[in-house]
Amino acid sequence: MFTYTIRRLMFAVPTLLVISFVIFALLDLAPNDPLGDLPLTIPPEVREQIRASMGLDQPFLIRYLLWLKQFFINEPLNIFEQMTGITVGDGERMRVLSWATRSPVVDLIVQRMPQTLWVVGMAYLFGVLIAIPVGVISAYRQYSIFDQIGTFVTMVGYSVPTFFTGVVLIVIFSSYLQWFPSIYDTNLVVNDWSSFVQQVKQMVLPVTVLALYNASQIARFVRASMLDNLSQDYVRTARAKGVKEKAVLLVHVLRNSLIPVVTVIALGVPTIFSGAIITEQIFRVNGLGQLLITAVQGADIPLVQTLTFIFAVLIVLFNLIADVLYGILDPRIRYD
Amino acid sequence: MGMRAADEARAEAISAKIILIFKGKTMKRTKILLAGTVAALAFANVAHAQRGTDGDLKILFWQAVSTLNPYLSGGTKEIYSASLTIEPLARYDETGKLTPWLVTEIPTVDNGGVAKDMKSITWKLKPGVKWSDGSAFTAEDVVFTWQYCTAPDGGCAQKAQFEGITNVEAVDPLTVKVSFAEPKYYPYGAFVGAQQPIIQKAQFKDCVGAKAPGCTSANFGPIGTGPFVVKEFKPNDVITFTANANYRDAAKPAFASVTLKGGGDAASAARAVLETGEYDYAWNMQVEPEVLATMLKAGKGTLVTAFGTQVERINLNWTNPDPKLGDKRSTVEGGKHPALSDPAVRKALSIAIDRDIIDEAGYGEAGKPTCNIVPAPDAYVSTANDWCLKQDIEGANKLLDQAGWKKGADGIRAKDGVKLSFLYQTSTNSVRQGTQALVKDWWQQIGVASELRNVSASVFFGGDPASPDTFQKFYADVEMYTNNFDGTDPEKYLAEWLCNKIPSPANGWQGQNIPRYCNPEYDKIIAELSKTADLGKRAELAKKANDMLTAEGAHIPLIHRGQISSHSVKLSGVKMNAWDSELWNAADWSRKK
Repeated sequence: MFTYTIRRLMFAVPTLLVISFVIFALLDLAPNDPLGDLPLTIPPEVREQIRASMGLDQPFLIRYLLWLKQFFINEPLNIFEQMTGITVGDGERMRVLSWATRSPVVDLIVQRMPQTLWVVGMAYLFGVLIAIPVGVISAYRQYSIFDQIGTFVTMVGYSVPTFFTGVVLIVIFSSYLQWFPSIYDTNLVVNDWSSFVQQVKQMVLPVTVLALYNASQIARFVRASMLDNLSQDYVRTARAKGVKEKAVLLVHVLRNSLIPVVTVIALGVPTIFSGAIITEQIFRVNGLGQLLITAVQGADIPLVQTLTFIFAVLIVLFNLIADVLYGILDPRIRYD
Repeated sequence: MGMRAADEARAEAISAKIILIFKGKTMKRTKILLAGTVAALAFANVAHAQRGTDGDLKILFWQAVSTLNPYLSGGTKEIYSASLTIEPLARYDETGKLTPWLVTEIPTVDNGGVAKDMKSITWKLKPGVKWSDGSAFTAEDVVFTWQYCTAPDGGCAQKAQFEGITNVEAVDPLTVKVSFAEPKYYPYGAFVGAQQPIIQKAQFKDCVGAKAPGCTSANFGPIGTGPFVVKEFKPNDVITFTANANYRDAAKPAFASVTLKGGGDAASAARAVLETGEYDYAWNMQVEPEVLATMLKAGKGTLVTAFGTQVERINLNWTNPDPKLGDKRSTVEGGKHPALSDPAVRKALSIAIDRDIIDEAGYGEAGKPTCNIVPAPDAYVSTANDWCLKQDIEGANKLLDQAGWKKGADGIRAKDGVKLSFLYQTSTNSVRQGTQALVKDWWQQIGVASELRNVSASVFFGGDPASPDTFQKFYADVEMYTNNFDGTDPEKYLAEWLCNKIPSPANGWQGQNIPRYCNPEYDKIIAELSKTADLGKRAELAKKANDMLTAEGAHIPLIHRGQISSHSVKLSGVKMNAWDSELWNAADWSRKK
């Protein structure tokens, strides 16, 4: 298992390098322009100078190598310096700068990370907590009223896009009932009971939208996996041995059914980081997803490049984690 | 409460009276007398209008603000948000009139501020103005702002405003002299308007040239002379401002803080002000008129509009965009457009359009039909081309018949093998696509076919010379977009139609003469305009140039577009301004009690 993990990690390095090159090339080929949003009153020669100040006058390969250096050498060194207070060299090095804000990309990401983890992570957690019991009961009482309703709700939750549910919830709960705010106050500091209540209130709508979506997806998996296992021979054997129904269901069937579900859940974790782009945009949660979408719209290439690459790293990493978990959960699977 | 309201009403009445008197001022003595009254009034005001008594002002910009240094961004959202903190020497008020802001008066030839040879202008700074950190605002800061923006490798977005300036010097701490290489007949370019605010030398002195983008903390929190101070800036998200303790008017601003939130979309921003009342002010309501009308019914907010110089137009390509021409496509070398070079076709396309319907469907309060490319200020507005305001399908058909364009079996007109079938492109935007559909239908009625196409705005306006889809390349027969000019003087704007401004591969497609219009007569008018100082004569020449462009069919003007924003009914003092920042007078805003 250990050598397998090491081997996979080694393979990940060239994979990630290729990914970074492909992302860079794709972004470069895209006809987006960082100056596209500027007023037309800014004349062409000034635009040319702005472009040069962003380093866009350099050839493609140089810009790519520069980004590699900034991302893999300068930024880690910078983090190291901040954590330890030791200055390496003269401490003056070019960081990855966003074009729109002209500030270091990594600082932007650090600033956005907590909100995404809170809102999207919470939604994912709730999604899982709701999905497992719903999936189990639906499978155990297949074709019952509960299953019918559960199937209907999860199908709807899975197929209706979040940009629709989000707006519907805003119209009902913000505009009409006025229970919850439609705009996330990103300046709110939780330091007493009332600010905590306010924080909960503003998280309700985005978390609900995303939890519904996540729960629907995972509940379908749990149900299918439970159904597969319920008809297995070992279940009949367990029952024949006189094991209590509760133990059959929760100890034998559920544990076995969770093996594929855990993989699905692990593979879904990187999507927490990439944020629910649309939901964050609708509720104006200042998370990573919203950062990415504003960067894409403004053709802020360094920011898009860095964010996309970080997501790629997370996906590669969690694929590995899912594989390893699979081996641990299911002793029949051995990689060596 | 009642007392206060009455008090306020009285104060307003008094100040209205004073303004009236001011307007009619004739003698110095009255002035002195008035100064006393004003002081007394200011004192009375303190009793109920104090700094920071109205709590938090919540503003929503659906495009989030990326930086607070307008010199590094150039985007409207950055210019507007920065205007709460940093200010120019003079501003345009809501009527487009130049108003002294950090100076005592607007320099003119009469008051000696502008040299007789028009080669220099001298600004007298207001004494006693302080930066928000308490240090004195001096002429050195103004000089530094010029150095900052014109430094090589800085990529300053407002560099064009400093064109033709040879020197900016501090004559004394309160006097700045700007010298020009050539006589400048409209000398109010530099340091005027929200685009070119004064930045503090002490803060930015190590951020000149290539170092400019690296100064993140300065770019995110410029020290200014304005009513508010940046407390916290979260890029692309939210800005928190607090009232400037050193602001020159002790009674202002009424708000203790400002929260400027960004992100989302125009419709939900409108909802947050008009329907849920969560925000006090929202910028740029680009929403279909009927959607806004429903939201307005909640009664929580109102819309405000102001008309600047934006005109939505259809540019006609005077050169041939035929793909067969290869490199010569849409260039002067590639030859004239086979159909659009006929003046009758250009005129017919224009009068076939019903501008009122386009306005009603897509713009509502935020637009009015126009036939001018210079739609404002009033002194420059011509009525010579108003024939285009009335739709005349019959007339257009007749015009084309007379010119020999005969309808074929498919209903499309043709002459000598050239069909009147046009590729009509614009940027992706629901209002524009709606307009395209309407225009296509009207052109159909005069036997003109059109193929509609839309390109993502960041590509269309991006100006990437490698992309075939930019508006500069104009690989289409007609294209639609909006353009405008900064400030109130159209000279630079009208110069965009000069023969030497035609985009071509030789200049990297960088000219601004998008229709590829070229007329030596027109060039002569513009040359004369650049040598004329008298405002009346300037207006006359500008009108002549404007009339020529529409009459000859360089473009088809459609809609004079306004800016539309919304604010809560409880917010008072908003004076919507299309000539400067919308937040230009935020120091005067207050909450109705």
